[in-house]
Amino acid sequence: MLRALTISAVAAAAAIGVAFAAGEGGHVEDYPFSFDSPVGGYDMGAVQRGYQVYAEVCASCHAVEHLAYRHLGEEGGPFAAYIVRNHETGEEEMVVHKPEHGGRFVDVTDNPYVRAIAQAAIIGDIDPNTGQPVDRPGRISDKFRRPFPNEIAARASNAGAYPPDLSVIVPARHGGADYVRAFLLGFTGEEDGTLFINTAFPGGRTAMAPQLMEGRVAYADADTPQTAEQYATDVATFLQWAADPHMEQRKKTGIVVLAFLAVLAGLLYLAYKQVWRGESH
Amino acid sequence: MSGPSTYEPKSGFTRWLDKRLPILRLSHDSFVAYPTPRNLNYWWTFGSMLSLCLVVQIVSGVVLAMHYIPHIDFAFDSVQRIKRDVPYGWLIQPMHAVGASMFFLAVYVHMFRGLYYGSYKAPREVLWILGCLIYALMVVTAFLGYSLPWGQMSFWAATVITNILGALPFVGESIQVWIRGGGAIDQATLNRFYSLHYLLPFVIAGVVALHIWALHEVGQNNPTGVEVKSKADTVPFTPHATIKDLFATSLFVILFAVFMFYMPDALGHADNYIRANPLQTPPEIVPEWYLLPFYAVLRAFDFNIGPIDSKLAGVIGMFASIGVLFVLPWLDTSKVRSMRYRPIAQQCFVIFVAVCIGLGYCGGQNPGKILVPTTFSATLNWVEGGQIEQRAIAADSAGAFDDAADAAIASLPEGAALPAISRTGETIGVVRGVVGGAPQVLELSAATVDELEAKITEAKAGATAAPYFQVTRTTPFAFTVTRLSQILTAYYFLFFLVILPVLGLIETPRRVPDTIAKPVTGQAQGAS
Repeated sequence: MLRALTISAVAAAAAIGVAFAAGEGGHVEDYPFSFDSPVGGYDMGAVQRGYQVYAEVCASCHAVEHLAYRHLGEEGGPFAAYIVRNHETGEEEMVVHKPEHGGRFVDVTDNPYVRAIAQAAIIGDIDPNTGQPVDRPGRISDKFRRPFPNEIAARASNAGAYPPDLSVIVPARHGGADYVRAFLLGFTGEEDGTLFINTAFPGGRTAMAPQLMEGRVAYADADTPQTAEQYATDVATFLQWAADPHMEQRKKTGIVVLAFLAVLAGLLYLAYKQVWRGESH
Repeated sequence: MSGPSTYEPKSGFTRWLDKRLPILRLSHDSFVAYPTPRNLNYWWTFGSMLSLCLVVQIVSGVVLAMHYIPHIDFAFDSVQRIKRDVPYGWLIQPMHAVGASMFFLAVYVHMFRGLYYGSYKAPREVLWILGCLIYALMVVTAFLGYSLPWGQMSFWAATVITNILGALPFVGESIQVWIRGGGAIDQATLNRFYSLHYLLPFVIAGVVALHIWALHEVGQNNPTGVEVKSKADTVPFTPHATIKDLFATSLFVILFAVFMFYMPDALGHADNYIRANPLQTPPEIVPEWYLLPFYAVLRAFDFNIGPIDSKLAGVIGMFASIGVLFVLPWLDTSKVRSMRYRPIAQQCFVIFVAVCIGLGYCGGQNPGKILVPTTFSATLNWVEGGQIEQRAIAADSAGAFDDAADAAIASLPEGAALPAISRTGETIGVVRGVVGGAPQVLELSAATVDELEAKITEAKAGATAAPYFQVTRTTPFAFTVTRLSQILTAYYFLFFLVILPVLGLIETPRRVPDTIAKPVTGQAQGAS
């Protein structure tokens, strides 16, 4: 009986899995992202490049309303800075990548990279002296600059279509980052009226024009290919980070918690055996 | 059941306290000395997991409530803020969301266990009913909680569920407006859902206390279903049951942690990451997985039953599927408690579990989805070239229209093809036919209606010289998700309303042991 029930339970899990896996939509290639595995973190180089693609391409239409500039420089962010001691010169220097070991996290208020990114943005505000609307350089506490003041303005500039906010676009789509990447690469070049044919988009027609052409964004790192595939992979990685910035911390905590629980369960099992020894049941 | 108290206060303070508030005596008698059947298997450990779940949900929920904003413009953002900026919010928010799923997982196992081992039978009817009440409160609480993040699925699930309440006769619309706090799901709805979502867990905690009280009055059932007869049948709750419960719970917490740390979104729906938009209906509206079976029952009723329309029938069916649990103690007529000794009931039970899972599957699918491959076909008749001839129909009365139409068709020129009647009024109309040209026939078939219609449209576009087409569609019986859920729903109710009452009277049970201790200390039995 126990076995029959266990089998039913497994069947239940499988049925539920099938029910949710059976999403609708077009063709989405399964890309091996670094964060796919249970222990995989973000490829921070890809998140940084993806941020660049977002800032230079996507940001002209799409907001990321839940992100503030400071998020970029917090621990686990793509521009988090660390102080490390150079082994050759013995001097302390600041690096953007988290070093293999050691390294002192630089508080985001002292992070020059994030400050530079924020200051490059023009943010609408109220002048504290006159009360009049005014534009000022961004601060790290500001949310990312929004390309349009509101949905009506966004639609008016985009032939009636509303470019969705991208801060949680990855979990909001069946297929997640794979879908976002496939969507960006799914344009066939054909048009249908004002719409563009896209093989990944459910329904096959989208209001967004293809954006990622080879060489459109100039990466500082000359080794990274400047292809549409690379841009799409990088920006999908950035958007995954934007939606789930604490993923690395969560996964790392999870390992510790699971290790603790495994030991605890083992000890409890032994205690259980001890208590019930000689007790028929 | 518990017998006289064996608690002996050991220190001056506990003696002093025992005279004034015997709370330590109560705890000792309930959780230490409490005699528990020695043959309980692991299915009996889910009660303690459920207590843990309730505590986790209340503690994490209280913390979330400190940061959540119940406002239609800020609720979605505040959940994001909790996950991004609140210290350990990235841990607490998934704990609460995944915790709800884990709570239901445990409660379903707990309920199936009660069902299988007959834990609802005398003298445990009140215990069972209190459990059903807890479950019903859990469903309501979970539904209210799911609406709080104010995503698309939150909003539309709330819309669908409050809409179906409107199907109730006479009072439906009033209840709908009363629950929503207005004509539509809006700020008033969110505020009251939030208030009730905070209130109900404490009501659940109260009923849980009654549930445990009732349990300790009548004693635990056990896999044999035989009542405890002597001390040889039992072991003290602590340490025996405590340590077993702790071990099983630690495994449950491992599963919990795997979901929480590695798949926090796996049990949710992607659309709930989209801000609620009253103007845009999502392509599919589905509840959380643990309510899918009831959603399938609701949608299984796609037909009217006499004066009851399909919508009301669905609502009645859905409520009845939970309501029937409350009267289960009086539906099952079997004298034997545990299905371990009821060979036929055992098989019916396994089917019942599979049916519940199947209903869960159906609830998550598009109801029109065809499960068995079916061929839809159509025949297109048209004439390439040719000329349209038409005759007016003018009948004397509406009843005589058909005769007049037949006469008009007969008056068309010899050899006129595809006669078609267009009725433009009560007594008047036009008959058209095509004279000359080359008659054409095309058979089309496809796996779905949509594909077939696409093919028909394509075929029509291809034959440009045709004045008009005559399309004959044959719609075969299609085994859809709705049909499957109808069969499963029928079994669900059949199990409670027919199988259990009748089987108890006609089934010959296997030999039931005289005492719990006998099979335990004697030869090994079953899965205990």
